[in-house]
Amino acid sequence: MPTKVEGWKSEAYGNEVREHILEFAEEGWDAIPEDEHDAWFERFKWWGLYHQRKGQESYFMMRIGTPNGVLEPGQLEVVADVADEYASGPVDNPEFGGAVCDWTTRQSIQLHWIKLEDIPDIWEELEAVGLSTQQACGDSWRNIVGCPVAGKDTEEFIDAWPVAEELNERFKGNEEYSNLPRKWKVSVTGCSEGCGQGDINDLAFEPAVKEIDGEEVKGFNVRVGGGLARKEPRFARSIDVFCTPDEVGDVAGACSALFREHGDREDRFNARIKFLVDEWGTEKFRRVLQEDFVDFELRSAGEDLRDEYTYNAGDGEHGDHVGVHEQPDGNYYVGLGVLVGRMGADDTRELARLADEYGSGEVRITQRQNLIVTDVDSDRLDAFLDEPLLEDYSPDPHPFMRGSIACTGTEYCSLSIVETKNRQVRYARWLKENVEVPAGVEDFHIHLSGCTASCAQPQIADISLRGMKTRKDGEPVEAFDIGLGGGLGENPQFADWVEMRVAADEVPGYIENLLAVYEQRRRDGESFREFIARHDEDDLNGLAEPEETSYEDPYMHNTKMTWYPYADEDDMSASPAPTNGQGDPLPSDD
Amino acid sequence: MVTSVHQLDDGAWVSVNDSREVNVSDLWQLARSDFCGCERADFLAEGFVEVSAAAGRVEARIAGRCIVCGEEGVTDWLELGRADPEAGEFRSVVPESVHVPDRRRRLATPE
Ligand code: HEM
Ligand code: SF4
Ligand SMILES: [Zn+2]
Repeated sequence: MPTKVEGWKSEAYGNEVREHILEFAEEGWDAIPEDEHDAWFERFKWWGLYHQRKGQESYFMMRIGTPNGVLEPGQLEVVADVADEYASGPVDNPEFGGAVCDWTTRQSIQLHWIKLEDIPDIWEELEAVGLSTQQACGDSWRNIVGCPVAGKDTEEFIDAWPVAEELNERFKGNEEYSNLPRKWKVSVTGCSEGCGQGDINDLAFEPAVKEIDGEEVKGFNVRVGGGLARKEPRFARSIDVFCTPDEVGDVAGACSALFREHGDREDRFNARIKFLVDEWGTEKFRRVLQEDFVDFELRSAGEDLRDEYTYNAGDGEHGDHVGVHEQPDGNYYVGLGVLVGRMGADDTRELARLADEYGSGEVRITQRQNLIVTDVDSDRLDAFLDEPLLEDYSPDPHPFMRGSIACTGTEYCSLSIVETKNRQVRYARWLKENVEVPAGVEDFHIHLSGCTASCAQPQIADISLRGMKTRKDGEPVEAFDIGLGGGLGENPQFADWVEMRVAADEVPGYIENLLAVYEQRRRDGESFREFIARHDEDDLNGLAEPEETSYEDPYMHNTKMTWYPYADEDDMSASPAPTNGQGDPLPSDD
Repeated sequence: MVTSVHQLDDGAWVSVNDSREVNVSDLWQLARSDFCGCERADFLAEGFVEVSAAAGRVEARIAGRCIVCGEEGVTDWLELGRADPEAGEFRSVVPESVHVPDRRRRLATPE
């Protein structure tokens, strides 16, 4: 039997939902029939609107999809303006203030506290400069990710940006693919470093070369079925297909049509394509694709570049895109560390101004929640680097600040178990002040996710943190499972979970102790990842001890039980939600 | 009225008559359960897997972990609360008090 969500989707989904949202916005929150809330909020996702968690009713997270993370000149300024005007809640966040922008691990933008009544104006402002929230959430083609410096990279094998652009053009708003069984995440990589993170996407195009009619042709190999969620992480698997850049669109369409027809619509927990690939195997996948979904002969895979991949590979060579790098045209791109991917609206506007003044105005979002200013003139590079804003968003951040990623967590997210971003900021600061960085480590990846959905991609970090609970002196407190040994590169690896249910205030002490063990016992030139890889799971268990330190954690109590973790009056019953278009509480009917 | 229940957002919460009523991240005390070897499991709810309601009684099977022993899995059926069959209003059980999961769904009609 199809799920309830499938039932709602079959009644209304996709493009048509926009008209309904506009009507509801016109009339206000109460216009959404009370017994249709669940159905409508499920449909709203397709237009990038996600109802925030309990205690924050009537407020939405709004996601803007920026293909390949590219913000064209003029767009970032509008994002800042929209955040400033519409994305403040009833209470400020103590670390970040009021209106903020979140840069996400899938190269998108998230704004919070969006009110239904403001959505039409926001869309108008965003769409006037070519930005869109369409299909940013929901069951369809999500934002397409890739190497964030596509077209600007000296290590580029093939420019993937036009390919990603074409896919975006073709599959955004396309009715044929607008109602899939589940989300559909696509990655296109053109560089030889593997920065597109194809391995953890539903569909991945990865650089390859193949001899066709006696000529070496550059293009892409195809992998399917990657993903991290629900304690069922999978790397995407090769289906032995090569396509030229011109063929990518047809092959991608065929793969998503196959998913549309064969994905599981009766059990959303089993719906992602990774489970179909598990069930069928890659040979059957390829056979069905060939027989039923394309009308041309699929080519066999070409020779890939995976043995050159250095991105997030653990050796510090090309772990991220932070820093100053020359582009093929002699200009520079400057990658800036944005701690946990969150930036205030004012800083965002200032960065937009700097990008305009020193570069082309273009800014790009990375899959590590950082920003890149591209096309900086070589003559003006030093002046740009002297700008005061770059003290906070540094091209040369401390290794612990540089490598920290965190998801949304209990601040807004229904699925969360623990507080995330503010805590990770405090972890990074404490580590910076108290822990010596082991020699040679420039970039230390700590990924913190508030639950098993794994939005912060915890399984591919040096230190993996996943939200949990434990008891301390009998009282429930927020905690983490700690994993080690994850990363991408030629031989991608998911973390082994080695310390379970560590109280959140003992995590920094654990990391300190672990790094001391590494410093003591590492072999000559051995990277942290190699050091961990040398140990088996039994050895990793107990390799270091969790410990209380001078680190203090204000979020040990169960932040999910508050209406907003940082409010003075944080009790669920103190919530002002739901509110009207002015943010005033609506009378409740019970 | 018929009680309408479903899990949403990947099992993050249970909706009863279009109102968000039960959330993940609570600790449930489970007694006499097969979930793990503990006499009383201290169970962290991480996701609602199946929900059902009849005669106003709302039940679910929940994925999560016992934070005493570390066992992971899905519980048998647990009562989440009751919805008033007339007004539809939901009264939740208190997760921290002791619950006894039931192997079989006691209800005739799944939702
Ligand atoms: C309201 C906030 C959010 C909610 C409710 C949410 C929900 C989810 C869920 C349910 C999953 C599991 C997906 C599945 O297998 O289908 C997931 C995975 C993921 N989300 Fe989020 N998410 C949120 C915010 C974010 C943010 C802020 C980011 C980026 C920083 C993000 C990026 C991802 C990624 C990369 C994955 C995991 C990879 C995968 O399995 O494909 N999400 N999210
Ligand atoms: S990992 Fe979990 S807590 Fe974090 S944003 Fe994703 S769904 Fe929410
Ligand atoms: Zn137990």
